[in-house]
Amino acid sequence: MADRVIVNTSINGEEATLLCEPRQTLLEVLREGLRLTGTKEGCSNGNCGACNVLLDGVLVNSCLVLAVEAEGRSVTTIEGIALPEGLHPLQQKFLEHAALQCGICTPGFIISAKALLEENPSPTEEEVRFWLAGNLCRCTGYDKIVRAVLDTAEAAPSVGSFGGETP
Amino acid sequence: MTLTRDKKGVAGKAPYKVIGTRPLRPDGADKVTGKAVYGADVHLPAMLYGAMLRSPHAHARISSIDTSEAERVPGVKAVVTAADLPVIQDILTDLGEGVVNLRYTSNNVLAHDKVLYHGHAVAAVAATSTAIAEEAVKLIKVEYDLLPPVLDVLEAMKDDAPIILEDLRTTELGEKREGQTNIASHIQHRRGDLEQGFAAADIIVEREFRTGTVHQGYIEPHSAVGLYNDDGHVTVWCSTQGAFGIRNQVSELLKLPVSDVTVIPTEIGGGFGGKLGVYLEPVVALLSKKAGHRPVKMTMNRTEVLQATGPTSASYIRVKMGATRDGKLTAAEAYLAYDAGAFPGSPVGSAAVVILAPYKLDHLLIDGYDVIVNKPRSAAYRAPGGTNAAYASEAVIDELAKIIGMDPLEFRLKNAVTEGDRRADGPVYARIGFVETLHAAQEHPHYRAPLEGKHRGRGVASGFWNNWGGRSSVSASINPDGSVNLLEGSPDIGGTRASIAMQLAETMEIAYEDVHPRVVDTDSVGYNDATGGSRTTFGTGWAAYEVGLKLIDEMKRQAADLLEVDLESIAYENGIFSSNGDSLGFKEIAERIDESGHPVVASASVHPEEFGPGFGTHIVDVEVDPETGKVEILRYTAVQDVGKAIHPSYVEGQLHGGVAQGVGWALNEEYVYDDEGHLLNASFLDYRIPTALDLPMIDTVLVEVANPGHPFGVRGVGETPIVPPAGAVANAIYDAIGVRMTTLPMSPGTILEALWAQEES
Amino acid sequence: MQAFDFATPTTVAEAVELLMGRNGDARILSGGTDLIAQLKEGRRTTSLVVDVKRIPEVTELRYHPESGLKLGAAVPCVVLYGDKEIVAAYPGLIDSATLIGGKQIQGRASFGGNLCNASPAADSIPAMIVHSASCLIAGPDGQRSVAVEAFCTGPGQTVLRDGEFLVAIHMPAPPVRFGAHYLRFIPRNEMDIAVVGAGASVVLDEAGERFEQARVALGAVAPTPLLVAEAGEYLAGKPVSEDVVDEAARLAKEAARPIDDMRGSVRQRKHLSAVLTRRALWKAIERARG
Repeated sequence: MADRVIVNTSINGEEATLLCEPRQTLLEVLREGLRLTGTKEGCSNGNCGACNVLLDGVLVNSCLVLAVEAEGRSVTTIEGIALPEGLHPLQQKFLEHAALQCGICTPGFIISAKALLEENPSPTEEEVRFWLAGNLCRCTGYDKIVRAVLDTAEAAPSVGSFGGETP
Repeated sequence: MTLTRDKKGVAGKAPYKVIGTRPLRPDGADKVTGKAVYGADVHLPAMLYGAMLRSPHAHARISSIDTSEAERVPGVKAVVTAADLPVIQDILTDLGEGVVNLRYTSNNVLAHDKVLYHGHAVAAVAATSTAIAEEAVKLIKVEYDLLPPVLDVLEAMKDDAPIILEDLRTTELGEKREGQTNIASHIQHRRGDLEQGFAAADIIVEREFRTGTVHQGYIEPHSAVGLYNDDGHVTVWCSTQGAFGIRNQVSELLKLPVSDVTVIPTEIGGGFGGKLGVYLEPVVALLSKKAGHRPVKMTMNRTEVLQATGPTSASYIRVKMGATRDGKLTAAEAYLAYDAGAFPGSPVGSAAVVILAPYKLDHLLIDGYDVIVNKPRSAAYRAPGGTNAAYASEAVIDELAKIIGMDPLEFRLKNAVTEGDRRADGPVYARIGFVETLHAAQEHPHYRAPLEGKHRGRGVASGFWNNWGGRSSVSASINPDGSVNLLEGSPDIGGTRASIAMQLAETMEIAYEDVHPRVVDTDSVGYNDATGGSRTTFGTGWAAYEVGLKLIDEMKRQAADLLEVDLESIAYENGIFSSNGDSLGFKEIAERIDESGHPVVASASVHPEEFGPGFGTHIVDVEVDPETGKVEILRYTAVQDVGKAIHPSYVEGQLHGGVAQGVGWALNEEYVYDDEGHLLNASFLDYRIPTALDLPMIDTVLVEVANPGHPFGVRGVGETPIVPPAGAVANAIYDAIGVRMTTLPMSPGTILEALWAQEES
Repeated sequence: MQAFDFATPTTVAEAVELLMGRNGDARILSGGTDLIAQLKEGRRTTSLVVDVKRIPEVTELRYHPESGLKLGAAVPCVVLYGDKEIVAAYPGLIDSATLIGGKQIQGRASFGGNLCNASPAADSIPAMIVHSASCLIAGPDGQRSVAVEAFCTGPGQTVLRDGEFLVAIHMPAPPVRFGAHYLRFIPRNEMDIAVVGAGASVVLDEAGERFEQARVALGAVAPTPLLVAEAGEYLAGKPVSEDVVDEAARLAKEAARPIDDMRGSVRQRKHLSAVLTRRALWKAIERARG
């Protein structure tokens, strides 16, 4: 077994010191080490988006990031999305639009949609679909998910109103 | 079970207060914040991690298994093989969407003497980490004697095909036949005189169809945690559609009294029929027993999910139909051969019902064959068998309509079944809404809109699903604040906590927010069949209705005591109990329950039989790129008789999901095997389920023809919408490019080939 | 996943030393979108993963209208298409950057990684070929440069020798009236491996009616991404017309030597080579005309 490595990172705005094997993915350390199980494992090879997190604000598949790569960087997971005053607007809209059925893909979609709206606060339907194409959902046919994202954008069209922990 | 009528009058017609609204789901906040605990999220103290050794071959005899080296790896606590499973006899059990033989299930969870498909489980390891377990698995030595595999359903039916299960004998129209075979059964439905029927036809169309193996494609892999405690009690935490079904299977497979098994269902990340049977559950329990009674967790990866769970049958279907020039069907003949994977139990039975279910026919013959091949054991998948069957029959219906020159919806209307008609396999329809879906489709702006542009086409198709009643139990109690705790045993896959709580709230005339539903374990509520067969909102909703009536009756007794009047004089309306001018509010009584010293609790169980089938009619516009063979879905409308939409958003969602899965099946999804039976595309990269960019918005029309067999008129809605899409898309492709596609998926490559064949002929 | 050591060199020399210390067994980690998946599935093995993202040259992105683009090997796609000048100058490159995986892959995946992974179906490689890119390689003997079309030697194989790694990719500044396009055919609309990919670049005359130069490259039709030199040579000096473009597409089809596999047949891939080359050329022409 290779030596374990100490990794200093920030997770959802809190400093964290992790002891990781180099082979461990960020997904594995979040779920098994930190018990942040909101980040889901659907395929473990970058094809479903269920494990999406933000790494220094950039959308990534945490199954394709080594935990040691998080050294000195900040990670935002689904557990860090809600605002102090309650659910993030995306979370609220996902519920209002019934944009989840089983809910397993939902954390990944919300993370992904948050990254989209921060970059493009007023996306078209086509832009939403393109951005979300790396997140698979098997229940909803995407209809209500796309509507929830579009409605979130319409209700709060400026980036600043999203808040959250993203640097 | 006698039908208890909604006291507001005719089923499904009442002016409801809660039913038909769109409240937020009770489990919503947990699911959008990542707090909800799914199968792989369970973590117990001192937990071990499991990994499975799977067969690299499609068909081989296991001559030896040597686990000694794996056992010596530091951190390995247990290794199990089929030798650790009790020997069991034939036990048939209904999982909800099909009957299985548990002797075969035992063979499926850990291969007995042969491996029967690529990915078949052979041995399992429990260790202190997943990494150690995975390393140890590689050290298990298995010697295989390779056998020739058979993968194709028609090849497997041949006399000289390799035999997969030595003891299998064909059940021919109910009679056991002699001789080794891969044909598990042959069923038949017949009516009238086929020859006479076809003689009366002006036009006869006969076509052959092939459909590939497809997977349910739930995003959450199977996961289970097992604790075989020191006292002999087994507890399993798992993601399942039916905790009681898992309990019963674990109990039978491990030869334990059912009372020694508790199953705690976690949240479930999709099932679609694929999470009814056991895979990991008995294995983690065995590992836990061997590992000193420590809990053991095992989670499949995506490759394992695709290799070893779920898929639904590939099929060969031949359909022949005759019609008169004025659009009347005169006869129909269907031959269906479905592959069941390695063990009997394909959904050919329900396929044989679906294939002609929408149409009035005096003369018909349906033959169905259940055939085993060297692929993973087929599991139920949303309207099992229905999509393949309707793909074939709806294409032939479309072709007949085109030849006659009649509008395809009009043609269906001329032949549509209505109340009193007999289904192909015998039963008589009660009130159904097929005709209503056809009318709604005809009147829909989509159907009336002109479709312009080259290589564009419009197709329609209809579909049927019988739905299911099953058994449901609930318990409920009233809190001092007037809210109600509702305990259910139906795992909530798509918002059923909400739809069941809404029915309780409607029954009790209380606010939806005052109902607190919980999905509990198998020790905490009466028996429930699985969340499957589109039964949960229907059946468990009905149990909630029954328990609501009981709670109100009990509250009336409390009101009578408090008001000091006769029970018979108490009336209840709009949350107020009254008698001769005196009244008490529901919440007032609830507050005083403690002082009266009589907590209000109730339980109810139902086993409804009049579950009421669903019919749907879909319209789709496509554009085909004739240079690449790629099909783009431009517009999609799904019309369905839903009985009564309890929570319309979730009903729409069911239609959306069925359409999306159906379109995936139609265009790209299939298992790709090499000649040796290795599955080549066991990943979400090459097993191509639709992405957000592959689908348009999906318009839905909820037609509400109340089911007379339910207090609120509910029909199951989840399965019907996956039945029509493949046929509708095929018919649209024909309209676009003039090619009749007869294989699923209608992938770009197959469409190009068909176009080339058309050019060359 | 197998166990391995992990290193984060901060200079090129340090990285080369680490690679030399493992006799060819070390693996470079850039975006990880191929490497980590392959290590998990056991398709590649290693005893040392060298994360090069802390080496300035490897993460540098520099564009100058005269000297062109220097693209550090580990620069993720997402950074590339965030730069307006680069988007305007290298349209074929940007086409491929937006096609690789989904957004969450593009957040990590790099052109250097795509190149070193050396998949015959890699989307970025035909795009880089038509942009006349070259690879800057560092190793124990110093630095050398190799044309992108010569970099891959077979599926998963490259010209990199023990101790060498890809530092950056250089693309010359596009001349005036230059246009390029990359497109691929996949069964879905996203998240697939190319059945066939085609890149094309053209330089037109002042009237926009004649090809001065052209390059055509194909993916997924040979053991490596393929520069179809015949097509470029044919087009140079020819008028822009349907017949001429069709002939170039035919030459691309001739050059394609694909295999049958689960993603496509030989006939389908040959056919698509022509179809996509034609479409890529017309889009490149449209862009060149402005």
